[in-house]
Amino acid sequence: MSPRRAHNGGRIDRSTTLRFTFDGTAMTGHAGDTLASALLANGISLIGRSFKYHRPRGVFSAGIDEPNALVTVIKGNLREPNVPATQIELYDGLTVESQNRFPSLAFDIGAANGLAGNLFAAGFYYKTFMGPVAGPLKGTRFWMFCEHFIRRAAGLGRAGHEPDTDRYEKMYGFCDVLVVGSGPAGLTAARDAAADGKKVFLAEQEPELGGTLRWKSAAIDGRPADDWVASTLAELAALPNVTLLPRTTVWGYYDDNALGALERVCDHKAHAAIGEPRHRHWTIRAKDVVLATGAFERPIVFPGNDRPGIMLASAAARYATEYGVLPGERIAIFANNDSAYEAALSLKDAGAEIAVIIDVRAGVSVAARELAREAGGELLLGYAVTNTSGARRLREIEVQPFADGKIREGGTRAFVVDCLAVSGGWSPAIHLASQAGHAPQWDEALQAFLPPAPTQRWTGAGAFTGAFSTAAALGDDIAVNEPEIEYDPAPVFEIRPSGRKSAKAFVDLQHDVTASDIRLAHREGFRSVEHLKRYTTLGMATDQGKSSNVPGLAIMAAARGLPISQVGTTRFRPPFSGVSLGALAADRHGHFKPERLTPMHDWHVARGAKMYAAGLWHRPMIYGTGGETVEQAYVREARAVRETVGIVDVSTLGKIAVQGPDAAEFLDRVYTNMFSTLPVNKARYGLMLREEGIAFDDGTTWRLGEHDFLMTTTTANAGKVMQHLEYYLDCVWPELRVHVTSVTDQWAGAAVAGPNARHVLESCVDGTRVDNDALPFMGIVRGEIGGAPVTICRLSFSGELAYEVYCGAGHGQHVWDALMAAGRTFEIVPYGLEALGTLRIEKGHVTGAEIDGRTSPRDLYLDWMLSKKKPYVGSAMVDREGLLAADRIRLVGIVALDDRPLNGGAHIVERLGEEPRGSIGHITAFCFSPALGKYIALAIVKGGKARHGQRAYVSDPVRNRFGPVEIVSHHFFDPEGSRMHG
Amino acid sequence: MLIACPYCGPRDLSEFTYQGDANRTRPNPMSNDQSAWNAYVYERVNTAGDHREFWQHSGGCRAHLVVIRSTLTHEIKSVAFARETAK
Repeated sequence: MSPRRAHNGGRIDRSTTLRFTFDGTAMTGHAGDTLASALLANGISLIGRSFKYHRPRGVFSAGIDEPNALVTVIKGNLREPNVPATQIELYDGLTVESQNRFPSLAFDIGAANGLAGNLFAAGFYYKTFMGPVAGPLKGTRFWMFCEHFIRRAAGLGRAGHEPDTDRYEKMYGFCDVLVVGSGPAGLTAARDAAADGKKVFLAEQEPELGGTLRWKSAAIDGRPADDWVASTLAELAALPNVTLLPRTTVWGYYDDNALGALERVCDHKAHAAIGEPRHRHWTIRAKDVVLATGAFERPIVFPGNDRPGIMLASAAARYATEYGVLPGERIAIFANNDSAYEAALSLKDAGAEIAVIIDVRAGVSVAARELAREAGGELLLGYAVTNTSGARRLREIEVQPFADGKIREGGTRAFVVDCLAVSGGWSPAIHLASQAGHAPQWDEALQAFLPPAPTQRWTGAGAFTGAFSTAAALGDDIAVNEPEIEYDPAPVFEIRPSGRKSAKAFVDLQHDVTASDIRLAHREGFRSVEHLKRYTTLGMATDQGKSSNVPGLAIMAAARGLPISQVGTTRFRPPFSGVSLGALAADRHGHFKPERLTPMHDWHVARGAKMYAAGLWHRPMIYGTGGETVEQAYVREARAVRETVGIVDVSTLGKIAVQGPDAAEFLDRVYTNMFSTLPVNKARYGLMLREEGIAFDDGTTWRLGEHDFLMTTTTANAGKVMQHLEYYLDCVWPELRVHVTSVTDQWAGAAVAGPNARHVLESCVDGTRVDNDALPFMGIVRGEIGGAPVTICRLSFSGELAYEVYCGAGHGQHVWDALMAAGRTFEIVPYGLEALGTLRIEKGHVTGAEIDGRTSPRDLYLDWMLSKKKPYVGSAMVDREGLLAADRIRLVGIVALDDRPLNGGAHIVERLGEEPRGSIGHITAFCFSPALGKYIALAIVKGGKARHGQRAYVSDPVRNRFGPVEIVSHHFFDPEGSRMHG
Repeated sequence: MLIACPYCGPRDLSEFTYQGDANRTRPNPMSNDQSAWNAYVYERVNTAGDHREFWQHSGGCRAHLVVIRSTLTHEIKSVAFARETAK
């Protein structure tokens, strides 16, 4: 006997046959099947092996609560492990594998774990593998030695190693009412809200809307439930203010009624359509939320309750009614409430034989008796299932009389069945409510946790509220014809034979946590629900304990002799069910990152520039000519700057307009040096500190008018400096009349540097002189180049005679072309970041590599910039004892004595061969210096200047670079600055 | 979390940048009292409850706001322009 397709019935499309493979075996199913229903239809009941004991397991539920039937879905090179078979819609070509079995599902070596009896109880690994207290494998080392083997034996599916090639996307949704769940309560809520003119989202995790009405037999308004669902859906679909979201699981409830939802757009297709994402992540902001999330049926815990063929009663009924599949041909029902009687009748109507209905209660309602009579089979009241047998699927069950919560010895009977449908009562799906509410409340009558009082704007509807009937879900205005059954269960969670050794009784099927594990946790003192969960891992598997939570708590409560209400429950945290990381990241990686390009970008690329990403900016690293290495290129470029003239794009520098009557006063406060004394049309180098006296950023600021300054910042810190200025103006000195505006993108900039720089400008600038009198060092003039207005400031980063030429961004390329044309006579060379870096290293100018958030101005020998005449941000803290200590790491120059390249980040040590833990500092920037003909670097080293002339060593084990260096002044080249002042 | 910017209206948290505790007062800039500066720069009260803090609407109007927010529930009790309320 095995499960099979019923001869008729179900909502599947029997005219469409779909092929799929399970562990390499070709099978078929129909459109509308899930993988679980299709496997059952093919007679497959053994679907996976359990986590710890490798016990055979089959389908246990028909929904998102599935703990057992996990498989790996294979699409091309991609493997997605641990997907419940109940959640996989069948498509033609679906390929899946079973998990946690070796060498095969039917014969599994790991099943020997099961024979080891109670060895693998809760805490087993901790207790066993903490190891001996002495010896080479003591303590955690022993655990690490064993861990590899344990992880291979225990576990779930195996993820693939291929990159995920699927697309994912993000959506933001805004609505008046978000209805979560599309059962009768959700549909009614959505229809009512839509009728009020509200903008409504209706999210349903399953592919089809309708919830339990898809498989429960109720008549609504005198017609079949089907008809009512179809007409309601048609009505909703026609409304412009309603959005239906099937295959969308709302997984998290966050502040201000923001909810996260995952829409599985094409998991149910063999191939995505062009441009279609696999998953779409929704962030939904709803004014109001209606939680109509329904309820989960829960099992009863009894010995041998995990064999394939044992499943939830509602799941068995759903397979029969919705999928036209008989989960067994001869079925037993085991219940503590009436709802399983309805399931029995559904199974009988679909063609199965009901062998026996076993109920722990001594008496049941009239409605239940009537259902039992119609379903056929024996009705055993006051009985319980006490054991099961069958190797790879259920073959036989044993029942014994049961009263007052105990088994009565004697009177054992056995039934040969191939399916046991179990119902231990219903638990409202309060997961989202518990994320947005107070502690859930235990209800004695329903023996379940009811939704808590909300802390956000939501209301509940239907089974979620603990009203489980269809009539209650639809409200008073709609007539429903359904059996008037009693949902309140008897308070029986576990059947526990006393006095003899019995089979394992599982509470958490996915993590193989048994009832005796919970009692063990209790004996060992792990009694609070939070401890219980962590010690036994109860409810921590991928199903998050949807079926095991309440039975587990009930068993702990019994062990402690307390009512469940006093034991409480753990808090349900998001996500409600698995969310793909791809959907959370969506397009935030890769090609959707914004790119900042300077006005001259295309020119650089056309000239063979190798571009370098500096934050969001793209900057030329070198302009490679055929066959040059990077080093050859930057050395050629830097040498040209020293010998004749070069030009570099500096448009990326941060530029902030600082304007207003108090602008000069403001700059005095944020810079360490004085700006109020700066004459109009002059620029000054400035240094900013953070409040604690650490260097923050540097740059030149130009006084364009009495109340008008242009501040430049480093490329990387432009945003941070802007925010820093805004903070002080808004929060600290609101009385200052100053306005700051970011103008980085408004200006294009080119620096022209080298002995011939002035000649270049002289031959292309109109409207102003640029000789030393008209444009001295740090002077500013305005003129035109090629008819475009420009502002020119004479300042130097390279140490050469140099000018920064700024023009409106739209004129950037035009002015650049004019400068290139003017420079032709002098063999002007465009240079990139590498040459720029080389020139500044030779000069010992600092950048972000040295202003790294740890260095003080003194560490960088910039104390000459600290004004004594006025306070500034950081002035009170810059003289702290710790920042004056003699062993601070300070700026030095480094020369490689072995004529080999150095590396940034390499450590400087006093003796060769030492590990970097003996480090006295590190290299911040390095280059081959064409001016010196040596490999040089800047470094931050303990003691700084005091070490000049000393021999030290570079130690870079990662790149295997060791060798002697000399510590020298960081002013390698032209320390007097005669070239830039010339 | 939504912050109701007095200029732009209610906006998502992702548009804002946290800019620190708004309870502290910057010492007189001429003061050399190291303990006062140390307290200003480093010492913070880890409030469980209503907290007065600066947020900048960096992805919007760029104004700094003084927000009173419960650190226990994220409930926002008040929002005002820092320029109008700063001490």
